[in-house]
Amino acid sequence: MPKKKKKGHGWKIAGNIYLVIMLILLYAPVAVMIRYSFNNSRANVTWQGFTTKYYAELFQDSNLWDIFFTTLLIAIIVTVIGTVIGTMGAVGLSKAKFPGKKLITNSIYFPIVIPEIVLAVAMLLMFNGAGVQLGIPTIVIGNVTLVLPYVYITVKARLVGMDPSTEEASMDLGADRFYTFTHITMPEIMPGIIAGAFMSFSLVLDELIITSFLTDAETVTLPIKVYSMIKKGISPEINALTTIVFLAAMLLVVMYLVVTELIDKRKQRLAV
Amino acid sequence: MAQPIVSMTNVEKWYGSNHVVKNCNLNIEEGEFLTLLGPSGCGKTTTLRMISGFELPSEGMVKVEGENVEKKEPYDRSVNTVFQNYALFPNMNVYDNIAYGLKVKKVPKAEIKERVTQMLKLVQLEGFGKRRITQMSGGQKQRVAIARALINRPKVLLLDEPLGALDMKLRKQMQIELKRLQRKLEITFVYVTHDQEEALTMSDRIAVMSAGVIEQIGTPKEIYLKPRTRFVANFIGESDLFDGIITAESDGVLSIGTEVGTVKGLKENTTIGSVKVNDPVSVCVRPEHVKISTEKPEGFSVQAVVKDKIFVGNLIKEIAVINNGNEIKINSINAADLPEPGSHVYLSWDLKDAVVIPERSEITLDTADKLKEVG
Amino acid sequence: MSDISVKAQTVVPDAKKVTAGEKKVKHGRKQSIRATISNIIMCGPMTIWSVLFILIPVVMLVFMSFMTKGLLGKIVYKFTLVNYTDIFKPVYFNVVKESLIIALWTTLLTVLLGYPLGMVMSKLKKKTTGVITILMMLPLWVSGLVILYSFVIMLNNSGTINSFLMNIGLIKKPLQLLYNNFSVTIGMVYMFLPFAVLPMYSSIEKLDPSLIEASKDLGANPVTTFFKVTLPLTSPGIFAGVILTFIPCIGYYMVTDMLGGGTSMLVGNLIYRQFTISRNWPFGAALSVVLSLIILLMVVIYTKLGGDLDDLAS
Repeated sequence: MPKKKKKGHGWKIAGNIYLVIMLILLYAPVAVMIRYSFNNSRANVTWQGFTTKYYAELFQDSNLWDIFFTTLLIAIIVTVIGTVIGTMGAVGLSKAKFPGKKLITNSIYFPIVIPEIVLAVAMLLMFNGAGVQLGIPTIVIGNVTLVLPYVYITVKARLVGMDPSTEEASMDLGADRFYTFTHITMPEIMPGIIAGAFMSFSLVLDELIITSFLTDAETVTLPIKVYSMIKKGISPEINALTTIVFLAAMLLVVMYLVVTELIDKRKQRLAV
Repeated sequence: MAQPIVSMTNVEKWYGSNHVVKNCNLNIEEGEFLTLLGPSGCGKTTTLRMISGFELPSEGMVKVEGENVEKKEPYDRSVNTVFQNYALFPNMNVYDNIAYGLKVKKVPKAEIKERVTQMLKLVQLEGFGKRRITQMSGGQKQRVAIARALINRPKVLLLDEPLGALDMKLRKQMQIELKRLQRKLEITFVYVTHDQEEALTMSDRIAVMSAGVIEQIGTPKEIYLKPRTRFVANFIGESDLFDGIITAESDGVLSIGTEVGTVKGLKENTTIGSVKVNDPVSVCVRPEHVKISTEKPEGFSVQAVVKDKIFVGNLIKEIAVINNGNEIKINSINAADLPEPGSHVYLSWDLKDAVVIPERSEITLDTADKLKEVG
Repeated sequence: MSDISVKAQTVVPDAKKVTAGEKKVKHGRKQSIRATISNIIMCGPMTIWSVLFILIPVVMLVFMSFMTKGLLGKIVYKFTLVNYTDIFKPVYFNVVKESLIIALWTTLLTVLLGYPLGMVMSKLKKKTTGVITILMMLPLWVSGLVILYSFVIMLNNSGTINSFLMNIGLIKKPLQLLYNNFSVTIGMVYMFLPFAVLPMYSSIEKLDPSLIEASKDLGANPVTTFFKVTLPLTSPGIFAGVILTFIPCIGYYMVTDMLGGGTSMLVGNLIYRQFTISRNWPFGAALSVVLSLIILLMVVIYTKLGGDLDDLAS
C-alpha cells in the first residue's frame, strides 16, 4: 500500500510540473511582448536596449487611441446587442413551439461550427447582394452573428438547471410575464448571461476575420491595424498598448478573484 | 345552493392527438376540500392547471366565481397554487418568497411585513424569515410554499401533489395540518394526488379520474361504499368483484349468474342507471364485508378454497380461490372467524353490502390494477 | 392485453364524434394571446437574426459558388461547376492538402499537449482550476494577434531562441525556425490549446472515479486502464477539442501570413485572396462551401459519437 501511495504522489508532482511548464510556455510570448514594448528600436525584432519612450508616444498617438476606442466601442455595442438578443432567444426558444424552430435552433450553431472565414464570406456576399454599404453597422452585425451562439449556449446551460415551475409560481402569485422575467428568470440565468457577455466582449476585441471582410476603408479596429503591420513588424506602441490592456485585464481578474473569495467566505459564515 | 366557486363545463383538453381530459364537468363548492384522485397520467394535473390558467381548455368553459376565465392569465386569477416540487425562488430567502405576491401588487412595506409575519406564524415558521431556501428541510419548504400561496388570500388554493416528496411520517403529519389549515381559513382547496389514502383522509369530496374521465364524484364514504365503476372499486381500497349476467329479479333482489354460481345483489345498489334481466354486471363487495363459513349458508354462496391467511396487525387477511381461479380477499378483525388454509369454505355477503356495477368496457380490472401499481 | 385494446376501441361512440375529435387536434394546442405575444417578442429577434444573417448568407454562398467569374472580378450569373472542379487543379489542391496536413498536425499536437493538461487540472481543486483556466485564456482574450507576433521575435534568425542556442554554443549558424510549416504549427497550437483543453478537462472531470477503481480492481494496470477505460469514456471531450482546433485552424489565414511569411498557404489564405487580390468570388465561395462540408462532416461524427455542440462554446 505505501508503495502505491508514493507512486501516485510521484505522478502528481510530475503533473504539476507539467502544468507549470505549460503555463510558462503560454506566457513566454506575453513576456516577450511586454519586454519589447520597452525595446529601443522601431524594428521590433532585435533587442536594442531599454526605453519607455513608446509609452510616452502611445499617449500622444491620437490615431492609435482612436483605433483603440473604435475597437472598444464596437466590442461594447456588439456585446450589448448580442447579449440581449441571445438571452431573449435562449429563454424564448426554450419554451415556444413553432414550425421551423428546429431549423432556427440549428442555424444558431452555424457560426461556431463553420470557420469564421466562411461566415465572413457569406455575410459579405449577403451585404453585397443587398447593396448595403460596408462600415461600422455591418461590422457590428457580423460580430453579433459570431457571438450570438456563445450567449445562447451559456444562457441555455443555465436554463437547463432552472426549475421551470418557479416561473409559473411567479405568474401564479400575480406577476405578469415581464415582471417574472426580470425578477425570477433573470437572476437565475445571470451567471450564464455574464459568461456569455464576457465571452462576446473578449471575442470581438480580438476579432479580425469577420471585421476585415465587413469593414470599409475608413473603419480600422486594433486587430486590423495590427494585421496591416505584420509584414513590416508591429510598432512598439502597439506592444505598449497591449501591455497596458493586458495588465488591466490581469488586475480585473485578480479583483474578481478577491471579490468572489470574500463573498464565498461570507456565505460560509452565514451558513454556519 | 350558492353558485360553485369553480365550475368546469364540458371541458376537453387535447395535446396534439392526445386526448388528456374528456368531457369534464366539475362544480367545486365554496369552502370545500375537493381532491382530484387518479393514477399518474390520468389528467388530474392538467385539470388543475386549467383552473390555475397554465393550460387553456381545448373546448368547454372554466368559471371561477361565476366568471368565465378563458381570457384571464394566471396572474389575473384569484386562485393560487402550491406546486409539486414547491417551486420556491432560490434567489430569495423565506421572507421574500412569502412576500413575493404582495410585492408584485405593490402593497406597502409595513403591511407586507405584518402579513408575512402572520403567515410565518400560521405555518409555524416564526423566526425563519431570514433563512435561505437551501437551508430548509423538505417539510419546511412545503410550509413556505403554502404560506407563499396563501398570502394573496386566494379564493381557491390549488395543491398539486404537495406532499409527494415527503417521507411517510411527515406526510401523515402534514395531511392533518393541511386539513386543519383549510378548516381554519375556510378556503376552497383543490388537491391533486394519486394516493387514495391521502384523498380519503383529507377530502370533503373526491373526484376519481382515470384516462381523462371523471369516473365518480362523491364524499369519501360514498366513493368507498358505492363505487360507481369497476375502476373506482379497484383504485380505492380493495374489492372483490364477481362478473356475470342478471338472470332474474324479484322484489328488488337481482340474481346474477356467474362462472362460480349465482350471487345476489340489491337493484337499488346499482351504481349507474338501471339494469334489467340479461344485462352484464359486476357485483362488488369490500373484503371486510365478505362472510366466510365452512358450512353452506342459507340463500346464495360461492364455494372457495382458502389459500393464505395473513396477519397484518390490526386485521387478518385471507385469500380464497374460487372455482374459476380468481382470488377473493377477505378481511376480518377476529382471527378465530377465519378457517385455516386448505379449508373448503362458502363465501357470501349481506345484500346491502354489495353494489351492482353495470358492465362498462373502458376500464377493465387488469388496467385498474396496473394503474394502481404505477400510481 | 389484446382483449383490453379491443374493448377500448369499441368504446369510441360513433364515427361522427371521431371526426370532430380529429378536427380538434388541429387547433388543439391553444395558448393565450398574451403568451403568444410574449413568445414572439422573446424569439423574434433571434429568429429574424438567424434567418437574415445566417441562413440567407449561407444560401447566397452556395448560390455564388455555382456562378461564373466575369472580367475584372464581375460575376456572371450563369450556372457552372467550374469553381468546384478548379479545386482539384494541382495549384489549389496542394493548398487544400497542405492545409489539411498542417491542421492535422496542429490538432494532434494540441490534443497530445492538452489532454495531459486536462488530466492534471481535473486533479486540482475546482477553484484552482478556475484560476488556471483564466490564466490560460487571458493572453488570447487580450490580443492573440499581438501576442502571436512575439513568435516572430522569438523565432527569427537573430531572435531569442537562436541567440540563446548560439550563446551556449549548441549551434553555429542560426536555425531556420520562422516562415515555415513548423512556425505556423507552433503558432496555431498556441492559439487553440487553451480552448481545446477545456472540453477535454470537463470530460475527464466528469469521469466517474469508481470506473477507474473498478478497472484497477479487476487487475488492469494503469496503462490498460487508461486506454480501455479513461480514453474511450472521455472521447467526446477529445473530439470536442479536435473540432475546436481543426475548425479555426483551416481558416485562420493571419497565422500563416504572420509566421508563414508567404511560403505556406492555407485554404483560409486562398479564400481570403479570392476576395481581395484575385477578386474571384465564385471560386472563393466554392472553397468556403467545401471547407464547411468537411467540417460539418466532422461535427456530424462528433454528435453521433455522443458529443454535445454546447461543449464547443465552453
